[in-house]
Amino acid sequence: MDDVIIGLEIHVQLNRLRSKMFCGCSTSYHDAPPNTHTCPVCLGLPGSLPVINRRAVEFGIKVALALNCSIAEETMFYRKNYYYPDLPKGFQISQYDYPLATGGYVLIKGDDGQERRIRITRVHMEEDPGRLVHAGTIDKARYTLVDYNRCGMPLLEVVTEPDLRSPKEARQFLDKLRTILEYLDVFDGNLEGSLRVDSNISLAGGDRVEVKNISSHKGVEKALSYEITRQRNLKRRGIEVVQETRHYDELRGVTVSIRTKEEAHDYRYFPEMDLVPLRIADWVPRIRAELPELPDAKRERFREQYGITDDHAKSLTSDIKVADFYEWVAARADPKLAAVWIADVLKGELNYRDLTIESFKRESMLEIVRMLSEKEITDEIAVTLIRTILDRGGSPREIVESMGLKRADDDYVVRAVREAVADSQEAVRDYLSGNARAINYIVGQVMKRTKGRADPSVAHKLVKEEIERQIC
Amino acid sequence: MLLQLKDEISSGSAEDYLHRLFERIERSRLNAFTTLAKESALEMAREFDARHWGGALAGIPIAIKDNICTKGIETTCSSRILKGFIPPYDAHVIERLRAEGAIIIGKTNMDEFAMGTSTETSCFGPTRNPWDLERVPGGSSGGSAAAVAANEAPCALGSDTGGSVRCPASFCGTVGLKPTYGLVSRYGLIAYANSLEQIGPITKTVEDAALLLDVIAGHDPRDSTSVASEKNYLSSIGGEIRGIRIGVPEEYFGEGVDPGVERAVWDAVSVLDDLGASWRKISLPHTKYALPAYYIIAMSEASSNLARFDGLRYGLRVGEDRDWHTTFSEIRAMGFGKETKRRILLGTYALSAGYYGKYYLKALKVRTLIKRDFEHALKEVDIIASPTMPFPAFRIGERITDPLSLYMSDVFTVPINLAGIPAISVPCGFSDGLPVGLQLMARPFDEALLLRVASAYEQSTPYHLRSPEVV
Ligand SMILES: [Zn+2]
Repeated sequence: MDDVIIGLEIHVQLNRLRSKMFCGCSTSYHDAPPNTHTCPVCLGLPGSLPVINRRAVEFGIKVALALNCSIAEETMFYRKNYYYPDLPKGFQISQYDYPLATGGYVLIKGDDGQERRIRITRVHMEEDPGRLVHAGTIDKARYTLVDYNRCGMPLLEVVTEPDLRSPKEARQFLDKLRTILEYLDVFDGNLEGSLRVDSNISLAGGDRVEVKNISSHKGVEKALSYEITRQRNLKRRGIEVVQETRHYDELRGVTVSIRTKEEAHDYRYFPEMDLVPLRIADWVPRIRAELPELPDAKRERFREQYGITDDHAKSLTSDIKVADFYEWVAARADPKLAAVWIADVLKGELNYRDLTIESFKRESMLEIVRMLSEKEITDEIAVTLIRTILDRGGSPREIVESMGLKRADDDYVVRAVREAVADSQEAVRDYLSGNARAINYIVGQVMKRTKGRADPSVAHKLVKEEIERQIC
Repeated sequence: MLLQLKDEISSGSAEDYLHRLFERIERSRLNAFTTLAKESALEMAREFDARHWGGALAGIPIAIKDNICTKGIETTCSSRILKGFIPPYDAHVIERLRAEGAIIIGKTNMDEFAMGTSTETSCFGPTRNPWDLERVPGGSSGGSAAAVAANEAPCALGSDTGGSVRCPASFCGTVGLKPTYGLVSRYGLIAYANSLEQIGPITKTVEDAALLLDVIAGHDPRDSTSVASEKNYLSSIGGEIRGIRIGVPEEYFGEGVDPGVERAVWDAVSVLDDLGASWRKISLPHTKYALPAYYIIAMSEASSNLARFDGLRYGLRVGEDRDWHTTFSEIRAMGFGKETKRRILLGTYALSAGYYGKYYLKALKVRTLIKRDFEHALKEVDIIASPTMPFPAFRIGERITDPLSLYMSDVFTVPINLAGIPAISVPCGFSDGLPVGLQLMARPFDEALLLRVASAYEQSTPYHLRSPEVV
């Protein structure tokens, strides 16, 4: 996919703030009835004036610093003029010249496995418009309702250079961005509409197409793949790709043209004179000092401090909550063992059930890791424990006691081995004639007979000894 | 005058005073008011008579320009598109007035969205000049100035974007003050051109203007452009003005200026001279660029400020509901008057891609030059004196069909808004029986000196004591 060129514009709702961008309305409207989180300012009533939420600007600077941007000495707001019913003032307060920050980068793992630097063009702040609720589909609705609860929510727009080379890289970038935002505690990605993506895609030599309305970081890969296929098909048929704006229809998984280059909006940007320019250069040292450890740094430290693999370190740091969970366990038990069991097993089991790390008690994990390192339980039992806790609850110790899952004693295992070998003479013959893998079948039989309570490596050793004893 | 009135009302009856006032307004042919708040005002007056609350304006009736939001009282900007809009909140200045005990008697007529110099573009019809009913009261705060001149209100608030307080004050023979940009909170003032406008008092005397300014000035956290003030304007007047240096800009005289106006202003300069101030001619070399720069900036801002009026949430709703674009286009076509549409269109054009640099950015550069003109001049002198308007009130209908000639009449008032400095218009005589205004300007936030000089002049002349003979 060497010819694919992708740039992203990501709108991040700074929903961990308490009040909106330019008024005192609360930001926790997500479960509230429509139009209950509004005031004259965010409704754009005549005579009302905006006032900058300084905390929102601080949050913006935090994010920009984490994205390695340079922060402006002075920043100011502009009006972006266009008509739409969800925009009660007829303009959106946004930024244009003098944005909050410019020129940063994010490191991702590229498709070639190499680390790639994705450049950030700029980071700027703006207000979210309201939300339209159509009675039916957008083209057939008999009427449309407007909910202004979202109107005036603080948004951060992050614009990348066209550095991404595939939909997968775009997804990688968004996952990384989301991780950083959650590390900074400025953003809750679980709330609806908290991250929205517009994308520019072109094939080398072709015109650029903008795809709007990608509403989830999961949707981005699908939307971009569809658009690339569409452009390739056109190219193959000798049709030129034209510069246009397309809308991503998430339900149908397709992109639909909404305007051509000729119909492009002229937003008539000009300074918002109701707000005074902000000198933010002086704020930066304090905000920088308060920045938490970021994912890349944490990954590096985990590798060094706990001696774990880079893959494990990466997996454990991709979510701040998982990282904190791991560190708590690693401080109290074997950190390497903890890394394997959290990164490889627990995360997979959570993902399978669409659960987050909050669904698992760190104390339970600690107990499991301790029992493993004391060889009280086998790997198989540990997996059973994790699954049982997730599906039915309970503590590891209780489950082990009640289900009799303790690691089997040696006599019991030896008996099982003897029986298994006796019953698997065909496999024994295969093994003896040089097929080393045939032994796995017999070990499997042992595990079956012991209901998983045998340690597979011990069983393996005993089976080998039993076969050798037989042929003597 | 207001201080006297306050004593009178306190010792007499606010209710009786208001009854007489409303009788006068209801008999009037001026059309100065768009909405009367008779019931709420009388109720307040009765309450005042019973409880006699305190406050700088205790019991004083006041008229409010119809672009300043008043909770519970329809606020229309004299535009059809806002018919029926009853604000759910008070503007900052209204909160301040109420806190100091004032009684709001009604909303005054204006040019639609404050876009005009004659109060002829109002959807309620023109207001008449109390000195000659065939003439305009000036604008855009024509209703406020006419009401004060004709004793239909003892004082009023207007707003001044390019002269909208000073022009009608000049035409109606009242005092009108445009404060420094940022001195008075604009929260609740329905924006026409938000980087230029300020709310200001229209009164019979300079002392009254100082009294009102003390009440309405000061920082408001809801207006980021507002600043703290000293709030001692009333006490700053009355002192002598010996040694004050007055500058008379040569660009504000000559061609196009009515000889009667010119004479009255020069007479005023010699009165100031007699009071011990010195004067000299000065130059504000970029004055001739002020008018086009002002109109480009004002119209550009207006095109954006007026975009919110779509009939969806408040105001006019006409015709059948169809798709969004059709419906809101129809509402705007019906709701806005001709001059408002002209300014929205011109402003949209000036901000459009390809024209922005040619018009808007250039206008901002001119604005900087104008500001610098005043900065230089106000290092050499303390106060600048000029005519407020180049001519006295013109006839209703005389200029309305020729927008350019109407725009030209703002030539001496708009530079002040571009520079953001304070200016006041005080009556300084008559030309053919029509009032003439003297415009005094000062350094930013030096309203104290401005009011002191204006008051010293006023107290040495008889013009503020004359009232028009209207029925
Ligand atoms: Zn609000």
